Amino acid sequence: MAIRRGRGVAAINYPTGMNLGGDPTQALVHSTPTGNFMVTLSSVDLGQGMKQIMAQICAETIGVPTDRVVVDTADTDTGPHCMGTFASRGTHRAGNAVIQAAREARQVMLEVAAEELEVNASDLETDGQGNILVKGAPQKSISIYDVALSAHFKRGRSISGRGMFLIPRSYPEKETGAMKPSTCYAHACTVAEVEVDDETGEVTVLTVKNVFEIGRALNPKMVEQQLVGGSWMGISHALYETTEPYYPNRDHGGTDFNQYLMPGPGDLAQTEIIVLERPSADGPYGAKGPGEMCANPQIPAVANAVFDAVGVRIDTLPITPERILRALKAQAAN
Amino acid sequence: MELRKNYFADVRKDDLHEIGQPRPRSDSPGHVTGKTAYFADRNFPGMLHLKMVRSPHHHARIRSIDTSEAEKHPGVVKVLTAKDVPHNVYTILILIQIGPEDETVLADGKVRWKGEAVVAVLAETERAAQEAAAKVKVDYEVLPAVFDMEEALKPGAPLVNEYHGQNYYLYDSGECRKVRFGDVEAGFAGADHILEQSYQSSPIEHAPTETTGCVVAPEGNDRFTCYTNTQAMFFTLDNTSIILQMPGSKLHFVGGTVGGGFGGKVDVIVEPIAILGAKLTGRPVSFIYSREEEMQISSPRAAEKVVIKDGVMTDGRIVARKVTGYTDAGAYSRHSPYGAQKGAGHYPGPYTIPNVWIDTYCVYTNRTPSSAMRGFGVTIGDFALEVQMDKLARLIGMDPLEFRFINAYRDGDMKAHRQPTEGAALIECMQEASRAANWPVAEKFMAMSSYKKGA
Repeated sequence: MAIRRGRGVAAINYPTGMNLGGDPTQALVHSTPTGNFMVTLSSVDLGQGMKQIMAQICAETIGVPTDRVVVDTADTDTGPHCMGTFASRGTHRAGNAVIQAAREARQVMLEVAAEELEVNASDLETDGQGNILVKGAPQKSISIYDVALSAHFKRGRSISGRGMFLIPRSYPEKETGAMKPSTCYAHACTVAEVEVDDETGEVTVLTVKNVFEIGRALNPKMVEQQLVGGSWMGISHALYETTEPYYPNRDHGGTDFNQYLMPGPGDLAQTEIIVLERPSADGPYGAKGPGEMCANPQIPAVANAVFDAVGVRIDTLPITPERILRALKAQAAN
Repeated sequence: MELRKNYFADVRKDDLHEIGQPRPRSDSPGHVTGKTAYFADRNFPGMLHLKMVRSPHHHARIRSIDTSEAEKHPGVVKVLTAKDVPHNVYTILILIQIGPEDETVLADGKVRWKGEAVVAVLAETERAAQEAAAKVKVDYEVLPAVFDMEEALKPGAPLVNEYHGQNYYLYDSGECRKVRFGDVEAGFAGADHILEQSYQSSPIEHAPTETTGCVVAPEGNDRFTCYTNTQAMFFTLDNTSIILQMPGSKLHFVGGTVGGGFGGKVDVIVEPIAILGAKLTGRPVSFIYSREEEMQISSPRAAEKVVIKDGVMTDGRIVARKVTGYTDAGAYSRHSPYGAQKGAGHYPGPYTIPNVWIDTYCVYTNRTPSSAMRGFGVTIGDFALEVQMDKLARLIGMDPLEFRFINAYRDGDMKAHRQPTEGAALIECMQEASRAANWPVAEKFMAMSSYKKGA
């Protein structure tokens, strides 16, 4: 009887969005009289931070600091259509819609600035700090604050834009299954190291080293929080979670968090996150959708590590101590 | 977290102002101080509470429903049954022409899973609603039920859902979604080794911090505002419009920040009946799942069974892969036919295999309807695929990580669903994992690239 150590690897890809159902999201952007920008969506922030990311995307595109952008999500009276927040599509689909809307608004903003500065709009650039400058002659400039005031009170312009992202729906071909389920794919490879107690069947995940390729990390801190949380969920799925431990038997279904097991703080693995960025051709600033992918590779990596440790395959999720002990018993009997 | 900027630097702009910056989230102070308002923080004078009477049986015919005692219970304002719902049989994906309509808002004539909504009780307090719900008498004739996917697919199995007519979703391609690429039997015939294995999962709960629910307030002008934590505002609005036979212009949905979804809040379950309650009583209505309902009633991740048969050469090349996937939809479709189809598009994983054969089935059983969850249609498939990869590597005596390099897809490789690979990065992820985990692989693998000459 011993504690046995093992490690396992898994590599995966994950599609962004849902072309098999058609995948539209729209966005509206407009400026207030003092040059702050409103993004209006009916996409939902699930707590993952969609509002913040949309603010950064809008700010980058218009050329203002992020704190000058306010994002209004999820009101069907004011927000244009969004398919919803799922399928790793939030950043990718809504982000693209926001870019298109912000570009249109930026163009109007530059046209008003050009009238104020008596130059061509194509000769202007933004400094990212809230000013519009003449290219090559930065001393000739105007603040976005003043441009917005001019648009609203003097020139009768609406600094606003409409954006939409729509991927035509893919209908799978009946006989071959030829289809275009998604446009871009995120990638990951995880190595998990475990200890298995061959007397109790208990598994401790010591370390997970997760490498994620996500197109672009638009906000690295928020990427980190999502990837760490996802990695925890993957381990939780691998070893703990089930609504019906004896599926398809309906007995023993949990009714609260005392009966539905998930790893607590004492069960956390040492988690390492490494991010690579290969920009996607159709992503907003190259971003792909890492929201779901980040919880997947830990499951097989842990399963493979359990085999490496004790030499039994558990092909049924979750990998419970009971299943490990039964497999070890069967192995010993052979 | 480490950002490794050395990979793909030639195709990336790193000189942006706001993108790539670790800006603090504007809403995090509200979250961490408990000041962020969620839908359930809305309270309206005269608000009613809705509780469901649910089926205690997995499969039963409803002989009769007697609500008279419940209606007399102090505090009860309205009791709703199937006949009160204008378009009671619906399916969420009908908006994108995926049918048939197969689920009842309130059970009509039959229940198909334990926990199915039968009668809705609206009362002045939660407690009164709960007590009155216990007084509703439903006379059931219990029917044989089927819980196992393979049993459900056998001839003579109890028919779960009459709207389908058989215990599987009927795709335009037949009983399953098919993918056919190359000649899989020829691939097996030429393989050095063949390995066929089965993998199984059980359902998983989303376990969001905030349970599913909504609060509805009549606006006083024949419009209704629904504060909800749905993940999909217009899915919900448009389906509610169909179910209640109300123009969408009479409906106003307000979402906002949701306390976790993970796919568990894309079903349209609570809003239509709560809005109907508000419409018929003229009062605000709150319908919020208890934790027990969240765990027992809300759709889980589907249980899946995945059978994989691989043909592999001793040099490490996988030459044929046959995958049969079964998704346990439970009693109703919700999003499951989509998930099973998405699975077909995902196999055979991020590997280039010349001969591939895939069938994915969406199977109906008398279990809680399953639906979307983080990794929908893919998560369990990835578990099966990557454990299978480990077994194949060991079968031919190869390092499991090196075995994946040999088969990894690269730019331009044709996938089984006949799309050329673009933007691949699996090789680079594995190279970095090799370094980070101190799991060395042969130099030739560290020299590989997802960019392919001529691609």
